[in-house]
Amino acid sequence: MGLSTSILLTIALAPLVGCVLAGFLGKFLGRAGSHGVTILGVAVSCALSFYVLYQLTMGGAAEYNQNIYTWFQIGPFNASVGFMVDRLTALMLVVVSFVSLLVHVYTIGYMADDDGYTRFFSYISLFTFSMFMLVMSNNFMQLFFGWEAVGLVSYLLIGFWYKRPTAIFANLKAFLVNRVGDFGFLLGIAAVLYFLGTLDYATAFAAAPGLAGKALQITANTQWDAATVICICLFVGAMGKSAQVPLHVWLPDSMEGPTPISALIHAATMVTAGIFMVARMSPLFEMSSTALSFVLVIGATTALFTGLIGIVQNDIKRVIAYSTLSQLGYMTVALGVSMYSGAVFHLMTHAFFKALLFLGAGSVIIAMHHEQDMRYMGGLRKYMPVTWITMWVGSLALVAVPFTSGFYSKDAIIEAVGLSHRWGAHYAYFCVMAGALVTGLYTFRQMYLTFHGKERFKVVEPHGHGHHDGHDDHGHHEPGVLAHAPKESPWVVTLPLVLLATPSLLVGFFTVGPTLFGNWFRGAIRVDEANDVLAELGHEFHGAAAMALHGFTQLPFLLVLVAFAVTTYIYLFNPALADRIKSALRPLWTVLDRKYWVDDVYFALFARGSVLLGRGFWKASETALIDGAMVNGSVNLVHRVAATMRRLQSGYLYHYAFAMILGLILLLGGYWLVGSGLAGH
Amino acid sequence: MNPQLLQLICFYAFGFVTAAAALSVITLKNSVHAVLALVLTFFSAACLWLLLEAEFLALALIVVYVGAVMVLFLFVVMMLDIDQEKLREGFVKFLPVGLIVAAVMLVEMLGLIGVRAMQAKVMGADPALAAGMSNNTEWLGHALYTKFLLPFEIAALILTVGIVAAVALTLRERRDARYESASQQVKVNPRDRVRIVKMAAVRPDEPTAPQEPQP
Amino acid sequence: MISLAHYIVLGAVLFCIAVAGMFINRKNVIVLLMSIELMLLAVNMNFVAFSRFLGDVAGQVFVFFILTVAAAEAAIGLAILVLLFRTRSTINIADIDSMKG
Repeated sequence: MGLSTSILLTIALAPLVGCVLAGFLGKFLGRAGSHGVTILGVAVSCALSFYVLYQLTMGGAAEYNQNIYTWFQIGPFNASVGFMVDRLTALMLVVVSFVSLLVHVYTIGYMADDDGYTRFFSYISLFTFSMFMLVMSNNFMQLFFGWEAVGLVSYLLIGFWYKRPTAIFANLKAFLVNRVGDFGFLLGIAAVLYFLGTLDYATAFAAAPGLAGKALQITANTQWDAATVICICLFVGAMGKSAQVPLHVWLPDSMEGPTPISALIHAATMVTAGIFMVARMSPLFEMSSTALSFVLVIGATTALFTGLIGIVQNDIKRVIAYSTLSQLGYMTVALGVSMYSGAVFHLMTHAFFKALLFLGAGSVIIAMHHEQDMRYMGGLRKYMPVTWITMWVGSLALVAVPFTSGFYSKDAIIEAVGLSHRWGAHYAYFCVMAGALVTGLYTFRQMYLTFHGKERFKVVEPHGHGHHDGHDDHGHHEPGVLAHAPKESPWVVTLPLVLLATPSLLVGFFTVGPTLFGNWFRGAIRVDEANDVLAELGHEFHGAAAMALHGFTQLPFLLVLVAFAVTTYIYLFNPALADRIKSALRPLWTVLDRKYWVDDVYFALFARGSVLLGRGFWKASETALIDGAMVNGSVNLVHRVAATMRRLQSGYLYHYAFAMILGLILLLGGYWLVGSGLAGH
Repeated sequence: MNPQLLQLICFYAFGFVTAAAALSVITLKNSVHAVLALVLTFFSAACLWLLLEAEFLALALIVVYVGAVMVLFLFVVMMLDIDQEKLREGFVKFLPVGLIVAAVMLVEMLGLIGVRAMQAKVMGADPALAAGMSNNTEWLGHALYTKFLLPFEIAALILTVGIVAAVALTLRERRDARYESASQQVKVNPRDRVRIVKMAAVRPDEPTAPQEPQP
Repeated sequence: MISLAHYIVLGAVLFCIAVAGMFINRKNVIVLLMSIELMLLAVNMNFVAFSRFLGDVAGQVFVFFILTVAAAEAAIGLAILVLLFRTRSTINIADIDSMKG
């Protein structure tokens, strides 16, 4: 049985219906009604997504690629809404809908006391719809629609607590940085249209080999390879959306949004849209090894250097945010060595364990009454065992301990980079390898600071004065002082944790064979023979268990062990050592703490620069030219002319009559002269 | 006598009268006389049109202009109490300017028209007859009621609007005059005008009591 | 023998007399109105002459319409004049300058 249009439409539209109902009728539906309709919508999508994946994998259904609706038509260019569902899409559908469903459920617990409860559910359902439109699109136009729609929802959700100035600053920053990326993306789409003459995926990919040898004439002597221009422009879009250096600055700040959002949008799904997009465009990227090298270097830089920042962060969510940046770097590196299926595989496993880590962090934050600073935590494991265990599962997957799903995806990437001969692969290999150590350092540090060691908070039972548990009341009067002891979160919070911990542990073991080495993505991803490092790697693959056992002896795992040993010693046995190291390495610490001054540079250069430019325009064009010369100038001109002309209006009839007759005489005389002149010739 | 020569004599005679009368219109002191001179102008112009075998328009000119418009002018001139002397201020002062302007314009017009070329145009056969009509009126009427029917109807509308506008402009309620209101007369109710009063009969033998007025 | 030129010259003469009349009677509205009538007569004269000499009925039809419109114009013009005299007790144009800029 094939895939029917109605199933796919239902997948996409069910969350939209939930969004509209919760958004516009939230007042009538109430809290339970709102989360009921949105969860129902996403659950329907999730079930159908699993069905689609099953059909494509085992049911033998053909890939679906069809236009459903024509939006508009300009000459030969046809903008339509259509779906292209192959295994890549189906995998993304399952990941997005599954994580989204769990986040919906989790939100019931996390946002329980928030005033914007129904609004929040409406937003996340809207996000789910947008993400579906993005991944199911069969043309660049719809991809761009989904791309911008998820960006919009991200903006709305980062600024969800819009009364906090920091949230407003963060969502503005995310919006502006994404504009930079989207501009490149739009240029890339335009270049696709220019060179390939179509925005339809299938047609464009079929025509992609024709790009070879084509060039964009910049100046008389400068030519840019067409495929490289297209791919780099598209990748700039991915850099914005997937927060790659140097457009990564918005992601850590986006942690101002509620934690479910950090899990869903800023870890599991939206930020991986860039990865998905590049994987989807593999036929184009394979045409340009220059662009792939660019991707590789950017990804490697992101993977290592953002991870380093994570080591010095104290905010529990920010650590995970920098970890997300680093992992996105790993995915980008995989793309850069033409290992698209590896990138998508890591995308999937990362979605599970990173969503798990974020939701676990959210659970901790609930318990700590919205205290996010890890310096005031510690010893939480005995208060919240479920969160503790699931977080450890997620962390083990993140640091790629063999047999966890993170291991399979990450280790495959590291191995593949080692085998690649692409320009920049050596640098990337160093980065991802060092990244493994860094990942271990910040992950174990975070776990120890949060769950182990001494309790660094005090519990002061409130006496007489008001009871503060409203989620809007985030101002903690004194850090580390809690009104009551932390306790395990309700089942709506822990259930998603358990449901995410399971795939974090197991999904890699069962899927690594087919997805990476079994040519599972055939048709969806195209890799040039010469670039196919996975095939090379596949020769050494003898089953998931063997790969894991082999992994125990490999350098990445040894680096993780080193990190484990170091952090265990520092944070469990000798906490004072951390401060000593910090003061010994003060310059390095400062560099990391200031995040390499990227934000400061952007602020000084772009933000202040735009303000200065704007002020210049305001003074020169607005005040002087438009206000002074045009607006007031025209008024003055009219006034002056009118003051002269009014003297002509004597009000006497005979003056007007005289003017008319004079005009008649002149007219006749003129005709006479012209006529005689013509006669003379 | 040669009929063409007779026509030419007639043209010069009527043309001279027309021009002379027109001159009197603009120079005569008394406005009533000026209006009468204008009537003469129209009369002689109508005669000239008769020479052109445009009989209908010639008669229409007399009926419409002399019969209606000029009488209207006369009414107005006689009705308004005008200080003739005051209105003639500047007459002598502007006479030279007026003459110069008129002379310049005349020269320009004649120069533009090209009198010499026009002299070659002589009157041919009556175009009404050439078009198969029995006379000028039929010729004109045929055109008016076929080709120019819509403009003709619009002209009728313009006349109606003109009548309404003239009436609306000059109509006024005079506060100092008494006049009857027809609508109020029609709306009169007998009850408002006549009151029937029942009175007790008075017997002659009873002593007369002081009569109370009926309430 | 009468040619078209005769009538055209007569029309031009009439028109120029009317123009001169507008100049020298600049204060008397009634004479101004009569000058306008003279101008219309001059135009009509041309129309009738051309119609006759060129054998085209349209000229005479046009004269018909001009007569119609001129009658309406004279009626309204005189009505305005009466109204003016009623409100201002004068028809001296020198006294009427409320449109002065």
